[in-house]
Amino acid sequence: MAEKNDNNKNLLEFEKPLIELFKKIDELKKVTDIDMTEEIKMLNKRIETLRREIFSKITPIQIVKVARHIQRPTTLDYISLMFTDFIELHGDRNFSDDPALVGGIAKLNGRSVMVIGHQKGHTTKELLARNFGMANPEGYRKALRLMLLADRFNKPIISLVDTPGAYAGITAEERGQAEAIAKNLREMAALNVPFITVITGEGGSGGALGIGMGNKVLMLEFSVYSVISPEGCASILFRDATRAPEAAANSKLTANDLLEFGVIDEIIKEPVGGAHNDHDLAAKNIRAAITKQLDELLRLSPRELIANRYQKYRKMGIFTEG
Amino acid sequence: MAKLSIHEWFVRKKKEDNRNTQQPQRLDIPDNLWVKCHQCNQAIYVKDLDANLKVCSKCDYHFRLSARERIRFTADEGTFEEINLNLKSTDFLEFSDSKPYSQRIEDAMIKSSLNEAVVTGKGKINNLPVTMGIMDFSFMGGSMGSVVGEKIARQIELSIESKIPAIIFTCSGGARMQEGIMSLMQMAKTSATLQRLREQGVPFVVVLTDPTTGGTTASFAMLGDVHIAEPGALIGFAGARVIEQNLRQKLPPGFQRSEFLLTHGMVDMVCHRKELRNTLSKLLSFFAG
Ligand SMILES: [Zn+2]
Repeated sequence: MAEKNDNNKNLLEFEKPLIELFKKIDELKKVTDIDMTEEIKMLNKRIETLRREIFSKITPIQIVKVARHIQRPTTLDYISLMFTDFIELHGDRNFSDDPALVGGIAKLNGRSVMVIGHQKGHTTKELLARNFGMANPEGYRKALRLMLLADRFNKPIISLVDTPGAYAGITAEERGQAEAIAKNLREMAALNVPFITVITGEGGSGGALGIGMGNKVLMLEFSVYSVISPEGCASILFRDATRAPEAAANSKLTANDLLEFGVIDEIIKEPVGGAHNDHDLAAKNIRAAITKQLDELLRLSPRELIANRYQKYRKMGIFTEG
Repeated sequence: MAKLSIHEWFVRKKKEDNRNTQQPQRLDIPDNLWVKCHQCNQAIYVKDLDANLKVCSKCDYHFRLSARERIRFTADEGTFEEINLNLKSTDFLEFSDSKPYSQRIEDAMIKSSLNEAVVTGKGKINNLPVTMGIMDFSFMGGSMGSVVGEKIARQIELSIESKIPAIIFTCSGGARMQEGIMSLMQMAKTSATLQRLREQGVPFVVVLTDPTTGGTTASFAMLGDVHIAEPGALIGFAGARVIEQNLRQKLPPGFQRSEFLLTHGMVDMVCHRKELRNTLSKLLSFFAG
């Protein structure tokens, strides 16, 4: 889908070698008296080849940049592309409705599912309205309400994770951010229904895990999942935020790393150059992966689902004993 | 495994111990040693401080306790039996900041005389059996890595098997960054075991002590049937500095202290250390009776 790649404004720093090629295409497109279709096609091929080359050598901190790309599909983008009959459900029935964490009922291949996820945005205005995807306690409590609703009516749950972290603020502390997340962790362990988590962008620590204890945890190729952001890690441990690239490499936050540690179960391929270059294809890949995993989980009884999830998280940890 | 070294450390450490400035020392300290209260600057004789459960007699400042002190002040004498003391952290990420993680572990073992940031076991309080988990800040800030998570999970499992109430004394800066994502997963692990404990109808009491923050707060520390906070303890999710940077404003006085959490409904009570043992005993008696 080379057509969708002509968005050179969104190039990341490490993709800069592509800029000249995009400029050439723009110039050729301005030519009206000669047919330049073939030339443009060639250039697009070169862009794709070069992009593949760049992405084959992508570093952890570069993956972080892709994961945070402003054009990367958001939860609501994925919901509209992957599901049908979505109806958003609002509020935690306690304090308010958190726009940073959305959810609702939907159909996946005709099957009823509950879907929840962090919501970011594609513009500064959208990001501000969504608090950059950083949920407050009421967001986690809404998520729990929806998960328990699904549980009562025996509907599978899909959670899409994309957050820098749970919101750090005075009111979030007052309303019990820690309690909200902790309770979700405990309750997710008890869900009787198939539960699939997909890390679609940033898996920011407890804020990600707070809706992320699926039976299966899938991760997009260029998403990240970590206990602290590379910048936070660098400023605390190295006392120097500019050492984030080193921290990113050190903390092993890529999909490949996490698959190796057994923290995730599957890596979902992204379109060349990242999901932002082709929302449809990214959604299609996620949908295929979820469908396959869900078919397997649907064979398990509620008791097996709980036991399966329990075992998955119980065995997390690397240590010696002797 | 050449794990005798833990005991060697205990012996070796006792000799060179007394220079530890953060932790006023315990029984083997000369009578004439004194420490300054962190709050009112009053000079206090160490043995008087110890006799007063390490609370300043002038201003009620609660000094941070080591796990061993906490056990001594809480469990019936001679009843505490430690479990799972041979678990050891490994540097599986080969993580290095100013020091390799493997070196930090070794240093922490020497500094704290512990093998990890939590001591777990079973014991009795006023003759009522409990399992206990006691976090210790002197081991890498009480941070939760794989071993802390595993020891707590096993403590909870012991409570489930034996139907004995669980008490955890939290004291932790949060997840241990040197273990990356695996430290985050300890939140899931400990919370999942607490789900089972709850299902089995076994009580869980959390005593929140200074400080309890980050991933520790956002998992087992906030999942008690009853939450008791020590006076003045820092308890929260996000670090105050992070919040200040986010909001570009000063934090209100008393923010994230025990009394703040009481006001906002996150803890059941703020309990003076002198009353703590008695309160725990009453709670255990309630659940038993
Ligand atoms: Zn004092």
